Formats: sequence, C-alpha cells, structure tokens
Amino acid sequence: MAARFLRELGSWRRAAAGIGRRRGFSEDTAAAVAARKEGGGGGGKAVNLFTAINQALHIALDSDPRSYVFGEDVGFGGVFRCTTGLADRFGRNRVFNTPLCEQGIAGFAVGLAAMGNRAIAEIQFADYIFPAFDQIVNEAAKFRYRSGNEFNCGGLTIRSPYGAVGHGGHYHSQSPEAFFCHVPGLKVVIPRSPREAKGLLLASIRDPNPVVFFEPKWLYRLAVEEIPEEDYMLPLSQAEVIRKGNDITLIGWGAQLAVLEQACEAAAKDGISCELIDLRTLIPWDKETVEASVSKTGKLLVSHEAPITGGFGAEIAASITERCFQRLEAPVARVCGLDTPFPLVYETFYMPTKNKVLDAIKATVNY
Amino acid sequence: MAPWLVRTSSQLARRAASRLLSPSQHRRHRAPAPWILCSVPPVPRTSPAAGGGLREFCSVRGFTGESSAAAAATAEDGLAGGDLQELDFPGGKVSFVAEMNFLPESQRERINCYRVLDDDGRTVSGSKFQEVSKDMALKMYSEMVTLQIMDTIFYEAQRQGRISFYLTSHGEEAINIASAAALSMDDIVLPQYREPGVLLWRGFTLQEFANQCFGNSLDYGKGRQMPIHYGSNRLNYFTVSSPIATQLPHAVGAAYSLKMDKKEACAITYFGDGGTSEGDFHAALNFAAVMEAPVIFFCRNNGWAISTPTAEQFRSDGAVVRGLAYGMRSIRVDGNDALAVYSAVHTAREMAITEGRPILVEALTYRVGHHSTSDDSTKYRPVDEIEHWRTARDPISRYRKWVQGNGWWSDSDESELRNSVRHELLQAIQVAERMPKPPLTELFTDVYDEIPSNLREQERLLRDAIKKHPADYPADVHV
Ligand SMILES: Cc1ncc(C[n+]2csc(CCOP(=O)(O)OP(=O)(O)O)c2C)c(N)n1
Ligand SMILES: [Mg+2]
Repeated sequence: MAARFLRELGSWRRAAAGIGRRRGFSEDTAAAVAARKEGGGGGGKAVNLFTAINQALHIALDSDPRSYVFGEDVGFGGVFRCTTGLADRFGRNRVFNTPLCEQGIAGFAVGLAAMGNRAIAEIQFADYIFPAFDQIVNEAAKFRYRSGNEFNCGGLTIRSPYGAVGHGGHYHSQSPEAFFCHVPGLKVVIPRSPREAKGLLLASIRDPNPVVFFEPKWLYRLAVEEIPEEDYMLPLSQAEVIRKGNDITLIGWGAQLAVLEQACEAAAKDGISCELIDLRTLIPWDKETVEASVSKTGKLLVSHEAPITGGFGAEIAASITERCFQRLEAPVARVCGLDTPFPLVYETFYMPTKNKVLDAIKATVNY
Repeated sequence: MAPWLVRTSSQLARRAASRLLSPSQHRRHRAPAPWILCSVPPVPRTSPAAGGGLREFCSVRGFTGESSAAAAATAEDGLAGGDLQELDFPGGKVSFVAEMNFLPESQRERINCYRVLDDDGRTVSGSKFQEVSKDMALKMYSEMVTLQIMDTIFYEAQRQGRISFYLTSHGEEAINIASAAALSMDDIVLPQYREPGVLLWRGFTLQEFANQCFGNSLDYGKGRQMPIHYGSNRLNYFTVSSPIATQLPHAVGAAYSLKMDKKEACAITYFGDGGTSEGDFHAALNFAAVMEAPVIFFCRNNGWAISTPTAEQFRSDGAVVRGLAYGMRSIRVDGNDALAVYSAVHTAREMAITEGRPILVEALTYRVGHHSTSDDSTKYRPVDEIEHWRTARDPISRYRKWVQGNGWWSDSDESELRNSVRHELLQAIQVAERMPKPPLTELFTDVYDEIPSNLREQERLLRDAIKKHPADYPADVHV
C-alpha cells in the first residue's frame, strides 16, 4: 500500500532479477540524464531527487512566513522522505499531518491559499488524487475566473508522486497528468531530475496560479545530480532542449526523459541525430520551442507513461500538426502506455520502453 | 433557518432583499409574524426582508407532510400561550429551551468498550456473550494461529525478495477471525486490506493466498494487482482495492441489493481509523442509515494510519460516536478479545438483517506490525508501545488461555498445529513461486467485457515489439 517503495529499491532490484522481472530502464541511464550539467546548474552537492524537493520546501518555508506544508504523513518526513526535518524546523503549525482525506487536503489548501498564503499540499500518491478532483477542478482552477478576480488561490501548489516504480500495480503507478491538463486555470509541472525539481518546485510555489506538481517517484532515490544549494527558480512554461539534433524531435517529461535519452544514444549509433525536449510545464505549454524544433527536423515523437488514448501526447501531436503541417515529413509518432489499467506483472509490457521508442524513431525517420 | 436575514442591519442587504419581494408579499408580511419561532429576544418586525425570508422558508417546507397553514397554526398556538414548548419539525417534535446550550464536543466519559475475556483469558463476571461450541472455538483458534504464521512467513518472503510487497495483520487476528466466524457465507464482505483472516475463515487456501502474492497464473486477479489484494467471488469476498474507504459505499449498495432480494444476509465492510476521515466513509454511513441497508461497518481502530496517530486523525471519541450522528446503532468492542468481537458481530448481524438497519462496530486494537514492508514504524512510534501490545495485549494468547482453560487445547496440539501450518505454507510458496505468470493475453482482457479494437491493435504492436526485442521482457510471462 502506501509505501516508501524506493527504500529497498537496491535489494528489490536484485531480487527482481532473480525472479526474472525487469525494469523499464536502467539505473545508469537515470544517473546519466541526471548527471547532465546545464547552464547555471551544478556547483552544489550531489543529491537525489527527494532531497532536492526537501531543499526546495525548506527554502519555501524559510523565505515566506505565510507558507505551509501539509498532507498525509508529512509530519515525520513523508512516506518518500520529501518533508524530512520540516516540522522540526518550522513547527507543527506550519508543517503538519492531515487526516486521511484528499478532498479535505485540497479544499483546505484552496481556502488557505485564498487568504493569501502559500499552501503546499501533498497528495501521498498521484493515484489517490481523485477524491480531491472536484476541489482541484471545480474550485482551485476556477477560483479566480468565477469571481472576476475578486478572489484567487494562486498560492496553492499540490505535490504528488506519480508514475511507474517497478512494482506498484494499479494504484501506485499511475500518471494522471492529462486529466489536469484539461482544466483551464491549473498549471501542471513535472520535473525530470533533482536540479530541475528544486528550481521548478520553487517556481511553482511562487507562481500566482494553482499548480499541480507531479514528482517522478521512480527517480526519488535513483536520480542523483549536483544542484545549487541556494534558492533558485527555473521558468515555468518553458520547454528545454536537452539534446540537440537534426533528424527527429523527441518530447517527454519527468521520468520518461531518461528512457528517451537512452533511445537517443542508441539511435545515434545508427547515425540518427535526435533532438530531445523536456516539456517541463505541460500546461500552459511552450509550443514555440517544440514548433521551432519540429520545423527543423520535420519529425516528431511524443512519449509518456500514461495511456496513449487521450494522453497529453495527443494534444501535442494535434497542435504541432496544425502548426507544422507543411514541414512534417512523417506522422507524429506516439510511444505511450497501453489503454489498460496499470498492471503489476505486465509492467514492462505496458511501459513505453527504450526499444519501443527506438523502433518508432527509426520508423518515423525512414517514413 | 437563515438567521442572518433577521439580524441584518445593513441598508444594502435590506434593499437587495426587498427587491426580491413582490408588493403583495410586502403587505402580507407587515402583519405580525407568529411563525417567527425563536421567541427570545423578540424579533423586530421593521424589516420586510426579514419577514419575507422567514415566511418563505416556513411555507415552502411545510412540516412532515402537513399543510403549511396547519404548521403555522400549530406554531401560532404555541406562541399564543406566550410560552412556546416545542416545534413540530421534520423528524419529530423539538422542544424549546430558554438557555443557550451548546452540545459539548464530547461526553464526559469515553464510550465504554464491550469485553468478554479479561487479560488472563477468563470471562469477565456478568459478561453476556454468544456461546461458541468447542469445535467452533478450536477452529477460531487455529485460524488465528494460521493467520499469524502466514503473515510471518510472507513477510519474510518479501524480505528475501521473493514477493514484492506484504502487509501483516499482526495484533488484529481476533478481529479478523472472530468477526468472520460470526457471519454466514452468504454475507458479503467488502474488505480494506488488513482482513485476510476473513477470507482464510471462509476457506481461501494457503495456496490461493500464495498464488495471489506471487501473481502467478492461478491468481484470480491474474497478477495485475500488488500482493495482498485478494478477492474471491466464490467466497463472497470483494477484491481488495488500494484506495482507502472506497469500499464503504459499495457495501451499502450491496446490502441494499440483499435486502431487495429478501436474502437472509448482510454486507460487512472493514476499514481502519484512517479510513473514517475519507468522504466515502461519511457518504456510506449516511446512505446506509437513510436507505436502511443491512450493512455492518466494522472499524478496526488500531491507533495508526501509517505514521498518523488517531489524535491527528479525529477529535471525536473514536469512530463509534459517528454512528449516532448518522442515526445508526453502534458498539465499541475490545478488538483483542475474540469472544467480544464474535458476540458483537453476531448480534449486529441479527439486527441488521431482521430489522433492516446498518450497525457500526468499532474495535479497539493496535497495529502491531509496521504499516507494510515499505515502512519502519520505529521512526514515528515508541518501541515500548509496540512491545506492550505485541506481548501483554496479544489477542491470540489471551484467547488461547480461555480455550486451554476449558481443557480443549494442549501444548502438543499447539506445536502440531504450528508445524503443520508452517509446512503447508512453505509448500504453497514453493508451488506458487514455480508457477508461471499469467500469459500475455491477460494483459488485455477484462478491461471491458470484450476486447475493443484499440486494445487489439495495441496487442498486435506489442507482440511485434516482443518479437524484435525478446530480451526486454520477463521470461516468466508466456507470450
Ligand atoms: C485514498 C487513499 N489515500 C491514501 C492512501 C495511502 N494509504 C494507504 S494505507 C493508509 C493508512 C490507512 O490507515 P487505516 O485506515 O487506519 O488502516 P490501517 O493501515 O491502520 O489498517 C494510507 C494513508 C490510500 N491507499 N488511499
Ligand atoms: Mg489504522
């Protein structure tokens, strides 16, 4: 059930190999992506993703006395250790456990934010965000619009771990981002690495709009990267080209970037030059960066873990087809999760793995 | 009613409200307003808004099916005497008092707890309980021991990496087994996840448990869910779902169906102290009361929801007092006393079925194990507390003392039982582990009753991918 899944990841991995199961991608690749240094980055200590989130929360609480962190089990540090040390440092009035009620967490957070506070709420797993759906969709998202800007809950940020983790089954693996991208008034942000997580989370917390911030739980411990210790923000609604190339554009977000990176490496061995884009903010998204890239490469592949049908990849494919119809040399490829619930023993079959991506790259380039 | 209408003094509000009233309404409401029922202090009659608002409220509602005129007349009679005694209101008569009494947040004393066996396994003098035969008593005991051994061994199997996850019911064996023993097989069970003993009681074999935990081809759930998500149609045990408290409203619907079908059966749903915070808990209790559904809500109050203690979960006296608020009978029982649990559920079941009503049972207990294999509970709770409940309050040893006190059980019976369960379980694990996973086709079945075209296409593409890259996929799933 609710789990610090990654606590025992090492031993689990060994065990998993023993019983013939596989992960979707290797630890080395996650590390490779995470280790990439970008402009302004690096310099600090190497930390994993949950520590980066933890640093951001420390900074957020420290830099604004009207900020609060709460959710199920956050008091002792959270089931993924993201809130470690916060209650001790900032006190139980500002960092606290809530009753087990997601609709309560979200609704409480909306009210708190509407009073001019930064409400940083945790939903323990993205799979359990659905009881809060009404509060997020009908309340948080429309608070400003429906009141003619008399009121807003822009100080609201909802953090939640999402995505596959190797053994999570139906209810500890889902990627529900597309539901929230369908809601005007919300922003949806997903980081791919520790450095990105810290900068994007601080930007989300300080953004004057409600933000749903999904954290790739598979990478909480796996991804390690040097990050600045100080307070910094990375811009929302700006995609990032993390690998330059000429033959095809690949887009993804969160944990899937590691898989795409692997596919790029493999494609390069076959002489295919891929341009890799991390969308980072899913809504409102940076069409310009994607359009510019596709205008250059003439080909596009989108990849995410969520089921293909109605996934956010469909929106990207449609928008880019509108904008780049003349320059597209092949149909937009989508490599995504299957249209089934997230299955335990079939996880590898379900996942958009490196080789599925690689095959789609080749098919698109040779179209 | 809307008291702010009476009290408002703001010009703005008055003007706004008077705009809503037609001239005729204005006239009508200049008359004395006998239907203003709150007699102290007298309500100023200056504001048409105030009168209009209240009049509308009263006349629209009517009172328990009477005409609004009759209702108003009754109220007027009350006022005419100058000393209004009671209000006939939907739901019955409500008496008036002059004092302003807020109900206290709690009763002076906590709701007491029903118990049959004392800590030494002797029946408490004067305790009333449902008799259990020797056979029944022994079956209950051996199933409690079986559950404990099953938990210990599966937990260990997870530690060795043989299964991916596990969660024990340690400390809650009496709740599991005794509540199950008090039910009949026709009763429908809607579990949370810490009640595998109910399924064990109903005849789920150790092999069946192992098959689910290993997600092999004999797992009824076809390997799709994490370990411990058992379910069995044959045994009227709905499949476990991880989201907390979602099964509670289902239980009400299921119970209503049993009632419509005139079945001699009820539904029972289990949940934790944490589960009582979810909206679904409140929805379910209210529905059950209103629909008069024969359902037993069984709350395992084990003190913790992962790291959250009950003090941070609710400020009521546990779960048991919630029943009253929803209009339902409730009882608190010692969850570590098998005979008390058995008797309470037995009686609750009788009332639920014969009287067509829901019952809330709150069992006080303790989660002796970590929340799950992903948790280390010593991070957030004192080890002494765990040890105290594990030893001094252990439900199995207490019950054993009673059974043994009756001369029904011996030390050699005990070791024989333990050996045979352990042996059977290790056997089951070996078989389950060697069994192949469900075949790939099952990835696509059961999403709908039939496989739709999008999934057929996806299966085709997946098979192509597997052909190209067989090494990417687990060898133990037949493709
Ligand atoms: C809707 C939902 N939110 C959060 C979780 C994560 N979670 C799993 S178990 C649990 C605690 C449940 O506590 P309780 O109901 O007291 O049952 P216990 O584990 O003590 O038996 C939580 C928060 C979940 N499974 N579902
Ligand atoms: Mg509990």
